[in-house]
Amino acid sequence: MTGERLDADWTSGPRQAPGEGGLAGLVRHDLRILRTYLSLGVLNLVQYRSDFVLSVVNAVITLATQVLGLSVVFGQTTDLAGWGPYDLLVLIGVHFLIGGVLGLVVRPSMEAMMEGIRLGTFDFTLVKPADSQLLASVQVVRPQALVDVLVGLGVVVFGMTRVQASLSVVDVVLSLLTLLCGLVVVYSFILALSTMAFWFVRLDNVLAIFQSLFGEAGRWPVTIFPGWLRIVLTFAVPVAFAVTVPSEALTGRLTYTSALSAAGLALLFFAASRWFWFFALRRYTGASA
Amino acid sequence: MADVATRPVSGRPDFSKVSFGALRRYYVGEFGASTANNLAYRGAVAIWVVTTVIQPMVSIVVWRTVAGPAGEVNGFTSAEFVTYFAITMLVDHLTFIWLMWEFEWRIRTGAMSPLLLRPIHPIHKDVCDNLSYKVIGLVGVLPAMVLLVIGFGGDVSGIGVVQVLTFLPALVLAMAVRFLLEWVLALSAFWLTKVSALNNLYFSLFLFLSGSFAPLAVLPEAVRTLAHASPFPWIVSFPVEVALGRRTGAEVWVGYLAQLGWILVALVLLRVVWRRAVRVYSAVGS
Repeated sequence: MTGERLDADWTSGPRQAPGEGGLAGLVRHDLRILRTYLSLGVLNLVQYRSDFVLSVVNAVITLATQVLGLSVVFGQTTDLAGWGPYDLLVLIGVHFLIGGVLGLVVRPSMEAMMEGIRLGTFDFTLVKPADSQLLASVQVVRPQALVDVLVGLGVVVFGMTRVQASLSVVDVVLSLLTLLCGLVVVYSFILALSTMAFWFVRLDNVLAIFQSLFGEAGRWPVTIFPGWLRIVLTFAVPVAFAVTVPSEALTGRLTYTSALSAAGLALLFFAASRWFWFFALRRYTGASA
Repeated sequence: MADVATRPVSGRPDFSKVSFGALRRYYVGEFGASTANNLAYRGAVAIWVVTTVIQPMVSIVVWRTVAGPAGEVNGFTSAEFVTYFAITMLVDHLTFIWLMWEFEWRIRTGAMSPLLLRPIHPIHKDVCDNLSYKVIGLVGVLPAMVLLVIGFGGDVSGIGVVQVLTFLPALVLAMAVRFLLEWVLALSAFWLTKVSALNNLYFSLFLFLSGSFAPLAVLPEAVRTLAHASPFPWIVSFPVEVALGRRTGAEVWVGYLAQLGWILVALVLLRVVWRRAVRVYSAVGS
């Protein structure tokens, strides 16, 4: 299989689903793909039920560690750069939530994609009649990460009841929107990182750096970091827009500027990562003969 | 499936006869092999070193914010927090071992079998691998430590020749305590198929009780009491505070003794648990 053939046939952007026309049909087709992979993931989970129990235990331990960490910090102070204890609890919840969604589908799929590029099995993904980016992004679902999503939601709701912030309907809608934007930004970032696997075969360690930054730095509001680090965490490794901005929204401190920039950045990251995806695909020649 | 437990006990290698000459040759050879391997994958080592920097950096930022530019928290100014976490990073790098994850993989894939067949205790290979990784990692961690101190304005006024000289034995002993303890803990993989929850719990305890999350003086009273009953403060908090000049005189000697005591406890545990672990081992693979 040569690069030219792949280029001509399969990488020219989103493809129409067979037998259906128009944008609605395309979306319906994409959603069906998503549903199929989700149910496959659930089937896999049912086979390994103890994994689910383990992820509950792990989520509880992680949550307890983070809450203990907060209580140590707030044993010495009443506010951390303007954030109270329950504000930070909401932030921890958002961090859990985003981390859960990443662990549910984005990270396992990206790992599978990089492994596929290394082994040559990625060819099979490309020949399927659907959008290659979508297929690559949802190909593995790990439903046990849903535990993190649920824990995150619970912590966010609990924290919000303790924060004295009155959120109007508009605020709630905006919060959810910033949450969605945060997810898009992080997804696009991870996709772009993983896409580099077309050039550099072993990249799992680069994802480990992101994971570590997200796991360690993402648990604190980005506003406590000094200038240059804040810039890195906002634009270079967009942890800020993934966690801090939605948490600001949920604790009633969102400004319209940051909501707008969240939306703008999400669009920018998504468009850039998608462009980069197809740019990389055109250079893909396959690992197999 | 090869069931080691069914083999006659008399067939086990006799570890009571130790030839130090042979052991030395083994260490030199294995260390060389590990180093060659680590140098071949130096990119991976470099990236792991980068991830090592992230946690102390975040801790520095958090505790500097808590202390404020001029204030202090239980005897730590923000400049002292910087130095504390920078040295913590060095100690953590030198004491950290990854075998608690590796053992699960070794047993699941059967990679443990060839290690068991060697006429030498497998712990020696792990010691060599670890030392080699640590030495190579230092090339990144030492400059990173200096950069953290300079970048965040750490206070190094308490550190002199005496502190460094008393720090070195504490560091070596801390390496031994942690290596032995976590190696024993790693043996749990012989009984459990998944060790992630146990590891997660262990690291959560370690984070607070060792002084990695915050200096022990900053922790709530209950956590501090619990910490002093555990081996963990002797792994991180003690060597770091010796380096900072916060522990002097008799305190240092008591610390060394406590470290030696925990090494002894860990060695006894190692002997007991290892024997049982090998008996329950049944490998996967051919």
